[in-house]
Amino acid sequence: MSLLDEIYKQTILEHYKRPQNFGVLPPPVISTPGVNPACGDQLELHLRLEDGKITQAMWQGQGCAISMASASMMSGLIRGKTIPQALALVEKFKAMIVDGAEPAPELGDLKALAGVHKLHARVKCATLAWNTLEEALHMAK
Amino acid sequence: MVPTRDIRQDFPLIVGKPDQVYLDSTASAQKPQVVIETLSRFYRERYANVHRGAYALSLEATEAYEQARQTLARFVGADEREIIFVRNATEALNLVAYAWAMKSLRQGDEILLSEMEHHANLVPWHFVAQQTGAVIKAIPVTAEGRLDLDALETLLTDRTRLVSVVHMSNVLGTVNPVGEIAKAAKEKGALMVVDGAQSAPHLPVNVEELGADFFAFSGHKMGGPTGIGVLWGRYEVLEQMEPFLGGGEMIREVYVDRSTYAKPPQRFEAGTPAIAEAVALGAAAEYLMGVGMENVWKHDRDLLEYALKRIDEELPEVTTFGPRGADRGGVIAFTLGGIHAHDVACALDQQGIAVRAGHHCAQPLHRKLGVPATARASFYLYTTKEDVDRFIEAMKEVRNFFKDWL
Repeated sequence: MSLLDEIYKQTILEHYKRPQNFGVLPPPVISTPGVNPACGDQLELHLRLEDGKITQAMWQGQGCAISMASASMMSGLIRGKTIPQALALVEKFKAMIVDGAEPAPELGDLKALAGVHKLHARVKCATLAWNTLEEALHMAK
Repeated sequence: MVPTRDIRQDFPLIVGKPDQVYLDSTASAQKPQVVIETLSRFYRERYANVHRGAYALSLEATEAYEQARQTLARFVGADEREIIFVRNATEALNLVAYAWAMKSLRQGDEILLSEMEHHANLVPWHFVAQQTGAVIKAIPVTAEGRLDLDALETLLTDRTRLVSVVHMSNVLGTVNPVGEIAKAAKEKGALMVVDGAQSAPHLPVNVEELGADFFAFSGHKMGGPTGIGVLWGRYEVLEQMEPFLGGGEMIREVYVDRSTYAKPPQRFEAGTPAIAEAVALGAAAEYLMGVGMENVWKHDRDLLEYALKRIDEELPEVTTFGPRGADRGGVIAFTLGGIHAHDVACALDQQGIAVRAGHHCAQPLHRKLGVPATARASFYLYTTKEDVDRFIEAMKEVRNFFKDWL
């Protein structure tokens, strides 16, 4: 089960069992739902933006370890980032998961998810939070 | 148990992939060689459009198509005029919704469904309710995973016009007493629709004995091709119904501004049908009747009992859903501790075991069960005891892999 070891790293299971920034932000915030209708994974992302910067990011949802860990790690990484910086992270994350690119150093712990690229069926799980973030940031623009 | 060793030889994909354990027949079944061969031979030797040409080849194609209709009629114990070829069970249910319910229901009329329905037997009725002002009610599911028939008495009222219930659940495996429900529905003057997507492939069905008015099923779940399915409808009801889709084949006379319609079943088969697929579905039905539906059912049941026993004894971390009793087919929806079903399915796939994970197009049922998703293993006539053994051993690996996170 070597591919499993590669996918389900300790970091991912830790974030799955103890998700970071899990919850809601009081309004006014940008709130965007994300869903994978085929599998039923869903989450809701809450962002507070001040002067073009993400000052707070919370989320809640339910789904598999990969989708939840991805959301958990993302919520920590994007805090303090400007909209263009956050969008650049979305691009780098998708390059890693969808195209199999080398993990960009800015992605930090999220490089633990790099192995998901090899499991086509799970790409959607890893990118759910990031697609939701992208949508939220485009709304905020 | 049916001698599955021999039966497996009939399924090229099963033979060709000995390392794969296919446990997702509830979603779609593998195809026997005779179906693949019939499909290909029909195109090579007998293909032309049906019901039109005055030439021999078209007559031959029509004969094959109509022969398939007779075979399917025999398969469910019906008259051939009552067999309408559609794309799948979903389209069959939509046909009833659009051609009957949309035109017959009024504000305040009631549609009775159940909590264990597939989305295909929910969403079309949502359309009907939105359009007509009809009200949807649902028979509850008990903790054991059966329909709460005691609730029928209050749920069926003088306003109930239509009852639509699944024959065999695609999640719980429960085989519902649809005959009993049909009888109660009839007493209130309601029409009875049965979603037979899982029952037609897995157990002997006789629509006359069921006493329903409609019975819907898909070809691809019984070894037939995709894109072909059947709606059986009681002839007296079909005769009173307006068409669903308009076009060629379903008419009697057409003028620029109006038309009259053919008799059933042609009335409901507008346009060129899936001819080759229908012919191949006929071959699938012949194949299953050759094995004997009683044998298919018994085989599924034996595997189910064996698998449940091993899970109960060897995998205490696994929770299974569905009734324990003779009223259940070869479907096991389950969860493994707090590990999400997708992660379990992914870990099984790494070991060559194909199971489905998710809500299986039954979100209301999963809400009732209190879980967002389940993994599901399901059996068919080509599934063996060794397949179940490999599944159990693979599940132990998965359990061990995630043991610190359960």
